[in-house]
Amino acid sequence: MSLAQEHPIGRPTRIGGLLSYQAKMRLLPFAYVAPAIALFVILMLYPMLAVLRYSLLDRAITKRDAAFVGLDNYQTTFSDPVFWQAIGHTLYFTVISVVFHLALGLGFALMLNSDRVNPTLRNILRVLYILPWLFTVVIIAIIWRLLLDPEGVVNAVLMSLHIVDYKVEWFSSSSTALHAVTFVNIWAGYPLYMVSLLAGLQGIPRDLYEAASIDGANGWQKFYHVTIPQLAPIMISVALLDFIWTMQVFALVWMTTGGGPIYATEMLSTYTYKLAFSRYQFSQASASAVIILILSMSMTYFYIKHQKAR
Amino acid sequence: MRRSYLNRTKLPTVLIHVGLAIGLVFAVFPILWMFFASLKSNTEIFTLPPQLLPKQFTFVAYLAIFHDSTKLRFFFNSYLVAGAVSVLTVLIGIPAAYAFSRFSFRFKNALNVFIISTQTVPPITLLIPYFGMVVTFGIFNTYFALILTYLVFTLPYAILLLTGYLNTLPRELDEAVLVDGGTSWSALWRVIVPLSVPGVVATAVYTFLLAWNEFLFALTLTKSDDMRTVPIGIELLMGQHAFEWNQMMAMSVLGSLPLLLIYLFAQRYFLAGMTAGSVKA
Repeated sequence: MSLAQEHPIGRPTRIGGLLSYQAKMRLLPFAYVAPAIALFVILMLYPMLAVLRYSLLDRAITKRDAAFVGLDNYQTTFSDPVFWQAIGHTLYFTVISVVFHLALGLGFALMLNSDRVNPTLRNILRVLYILPWLFTVVIIAIIWRLLLDPEGVVNAVLMSLHIVDYKVEWFSSSSTALHAVTFVNIWAGYPLYMVSLLAGLQGIPRDLYEAASIDGANGWQKFYHVTIPQLAPIMISVALLDFIWTMQVFALVWMTTGGGPIYATEMLSTYTYKLAFSRYQFSQASASAVIILILSMSMTYFYIKHQKAR
Repeated sequence: MRRSYLNRTKLPTVLIHVGLAIGLVFAVFPILWMFFASLKSNTEIFTLPPQLLPKQFTFVAYLAIFHDSTKLRFFFNSYLVAGAVSVLTVLIGIPAAYAFSRFSFRFKNALNVFIISTQTVPPITLLIPYFGMVVTFGIFNTYFALILTYLVFTLPYAILLLTGYLNTLPRELDEAVLVDGGTSWSALWRVIVPLSVPGVVATAVYTFLLAWNEFLFALTLTKSDDMRTVPIGIELLMGQHAFEWNQMMAMSVLGSLPLLLIYLFAQRYFLAGMTAGSVKA
């Protein structure tokens, strides 16, 4: 707005003389954001309303005049034991992933930021440690399917070390599948934390550490009272975002276990996908999709609140 | 005396190096395994005891892909879709970012919050109505369906990244143009954009990667082999020739190539995009 007021000439131009200069200046920013807004309305707001509507109908998409059935689809969803299993798996997968992402990301960031390591070596390792982040989820899934194949290298190594004594079917045994998928996700996701925390570590003012030294703090105390509080805002915002994204996992599970064996790794997203595109129950799938949306948005509320407070 | 000195200074150094070595194996071994498996014959991949390096390097897996027009088409489709998405995202994102950076207007704050929160909308929630819309508009199984739906998750990023970049350019630049009688539109394209090349490149690069990696929409909104992108192509291979591991690894290497090249040659752009998600509101 300040730009508009500083503009020297306030007379209406030839074209569009109906609007005053002031009014045009007020509308100008909307012209700039209009294409983006139009896309968001068509591809974000409308679909959200549509999915909400579908979830209240009987046989949406497949039937022309689907009847309004109120909350029936939600009731069906909530009374489906597989839905609750999917909630449990998604929660386990998400919480374990976020905790290990944070631990590994922080650990690697601290080691890669340490003065005890040769700077050239540090720079090389920084590049290499980010590599898992570069790979498409589908590719990550099949790399690990090869590694974790019963005949694969992981079993061969573990057997030669006598850690396991038979060929474990990591992705196809119901006792290991969920842990295996979670492990792969941990491998794929820590670099985001590492990169963000490395940037954060480099932004901590040196005098804070010097002041702590003068006060007689040892290494551990400096870490606990300087490093951690300084990194906390970054850790919280990355962890919240990661939590939301991890909760929405689809491709990794789809490509490794497909939600199985039986329902051992069924997640909210695979559960919903199968309802919609294997069983064509779009209405019930929509109810489940709305539940996922509500869960995500309630986490997003905390994320935005935290970002604003930063 | 000597011993305690050692404990105090050498031990942490040793531990850090050991930790870094373990981390390195954890991070890199799976990738090396993929790469070398793509250069093995299919029978050699599962030999015992396992060998990282092929006894006999062979390009059979790559040749099989290069001679298969269906598989080459997957790559063509991915480059086309990701390229179109990144161009369109930048073109729509620049004016929006300019408005956020240079003007104050009604609903600006609400709009900003809205854009940040669109990053977290679950794709699966949008997929069901998208499927309905795409079928209704007759664009099921077309590039257009993918390009259009990808914009919804690339645009929020682009706007956030670009707004951050434009905020670093002084306002005096636009004001100079306005004083000379130019419009803000010409200030944007003649002065601001040319100075924002690094920000625009970072945005285009990251958008390209997001589109290149997308799986769920491509799986559902396309159907025939000639419309499939690389991730779906790999999924199909997995189902059809589950035992041709060397070919799947070769597909994976080729499918990772654009990302690796961008990372190696444009690292700072890549990292800018990577951390853009968690910006301040």
